[in-house]
Amino acid sequence: MYGGGYIFDEPNGKQLREEQQHDEPEKLAAFEERIARGEKIEPGDWMPVEYRRQLIRLIEQHAHSEVIGALPEGTWITRAPGFKRKLALIAKVQDEIGHGQLLYNAAETLGKSREAMINDMLSGKSKYSNVFNYPAETWADVTVIGFLIDAAAIVNQVANAKGSYGPYCRALERICYEESFHLKQGHDAFIELAAGTPAQRDMVQDALNRWWQPIMHFFGPPDKSSQHSEKLMQWKVKMASNDEMRNQFLESYVPKIWELGLTLPDPNLRKNADTGRWEYSDPDWDEFFRVINGGGPCNEERLRVRKWAEEQGRWVRKALMNPGQKRAMPVA
Amino acid sequence: MSNNAALKDLIIKMADDELILGHRNSEWTGLGPVMEEDIAFSSMAQDKIGHAWALYRILHEDLGGEHPDRFAFIRSEKAFQSSHLVELPNGEYDFSLMRHFLFDQAETVRYESLQNSSFAPFQLLSKKVKGELKYHTLHADAWIMQLSNAGEESYARMQTALNNTIALAAGIFEASPEHEATLIADKVYPGEKELYHRWQERIYPVLVKSSLNLPDMSTITPVYGGRQGFHTEYLQPLLKEMGEVFNLDTEASW
Repeated sequence: MYGGGYIFDEPNGKQLREEQQHDEPEKLAAFEERIARGEKIEPGDWMPVEYRRQLIRLIEQHAHSEVIGALPEGTWITRAPGFKRKLALIAKVQDEIGHGQLLYNAAETLGKSREAMINDMLSGKSKYSNVFNYPAETWADVTVIGFLIDAAAIVNQVANAKGSYGPYCRALERICYEESFHLKQGHDAFIELAAGTPAQRDMVQDALNRWWQPIMHFFGPPDKSSQHSEKLMQWKVKMASNDEMRNQFLESYVPKIWELGLTLPDPNLRKNADTGRWEYSDPDWDEFFRVINGGGPCNEERLRVRKWAEEQGRWVRKALMNPGQKRAMPVA
Repeated sequence: MSNNAALKDLIIKMADDELILGHRNSEWTGLGPVMEEDIAFSSMAQDKIGHAWALYRILHEDLGGEHPDRFAFIRSEKAFQSSHLVELPNGEYDFSLMRHFLFDQAETVRYESLQNSSFAPFQLLSKKVKGELKYHTLHADAWIMQLSNAGEESYARMQTALNNTIALAAGIFEASPEHEATLIADKVYPGEKELYHRWQERIYPVLVKSSLNLPDMSTITPVYGGRQGFHTEYLQPLLKEMGEVFNLDTEASW
């Protein structure tokens, strides 16, 4: 799914030595000119140290988000009501894992292995989108995730697909194509509940109420408090500001929710007719940082499940490292 | 058709196996030993559940059975006719992989035989399914051979998994005493005994290439019961979970 962007900088990232922090000025200038001309940067090309570092961070977090993002929805595959929903949900979650795979491959072109990235995720050093640290409590949650979180992710990913790093852009193009189907299946399941029995409507309203704040958090802190933005925008690593993407999301989706007679739990949410921009109550940003730093309702569980999968699968990965190795035959 | 009851019995057995194993395979989504296997199991889960759906639709449309969703999501445990093999929890990857290998080879010989079935819907379905099963068995064969030839632990796990599943897999071929003769006489399919034989011919070469020892089939006791509604303790919780949302309101549209 899910970019869910620019949320985190490794606190314990390795400090570069002094000479590594400075790129040769001529090379840097040529690099920046290429980007300004709209050229894509490819794996073998020269790139600034910081560009490489930020891209690895970004793509890796995106990949982790896909893999962890499969968990809250994945737990509902076995409970999806009816053949149509069941098949659609398996296919969708499978796609997300596939996106993770594509993104790990893209990040590997920058010099960090999939194993190293996964280890950093399991140790908590590398993060994933905060939104997956909340539980999917009912079937309606699955529809809200499939509709609105995928929608939010598309806003983010369509922007990033126009970025400067070739392998990431190409991965994102394919991802966006699949995500648009996810959005359709999420929307379809969401509408089914919204237009259903009173109990089904209550379910979906309740899910919306619970997910609204995580969705508002999804695009990251407001621009006024965002750090390292300017250079990343110039290098086309970051393609749109957090507030810009949030506004774009609200513009496209709030009317669709209201049309269905559902409400959103923010009395200040409205479009300002003069500015053309959406206004809303600031979500609780302390909560956002608390969850990023491990204090969310599901952080521990998500990592525990991933660690379990890694441990259970270790013998298989080990065996794959020994292709063709016959077992030792007994001597006598 | 005079053999409707027999046809229904065969379809339900096949479909229930596919649904329950599809359900089990889908539990690997997000948890596989490598991402590629996550994706593979989840893809095969979709195919299995798709086959079950197609079979329940034949039951509904051609033989006057219930709507597929209702038939799959509301039916009682006792009315299921799945084999014990597919009901067991996934366990570790070695068990799941061996089950996948043994089941998909069995499924393949079954659908191959249905290409010439006197029951037309079977012919159509088997043509569609054939292409999918080709990839399932390719996948299973490749992994069985790969892991059996990749060091001590991996080999030992494969052999143990085979020892633990072979009698369960033989249970796939449990015939229904009251219908089997009719189905064979009416040329619906060649019968369980014949399929059991063809299946062994199919799995044997792969096991040989894997240096795995197939237990003496004349000494094993196939695990029967599932086709008669006697199930493992694992089926009831699985069905409860599968129907959890659907059964909140069976009249609603989901």
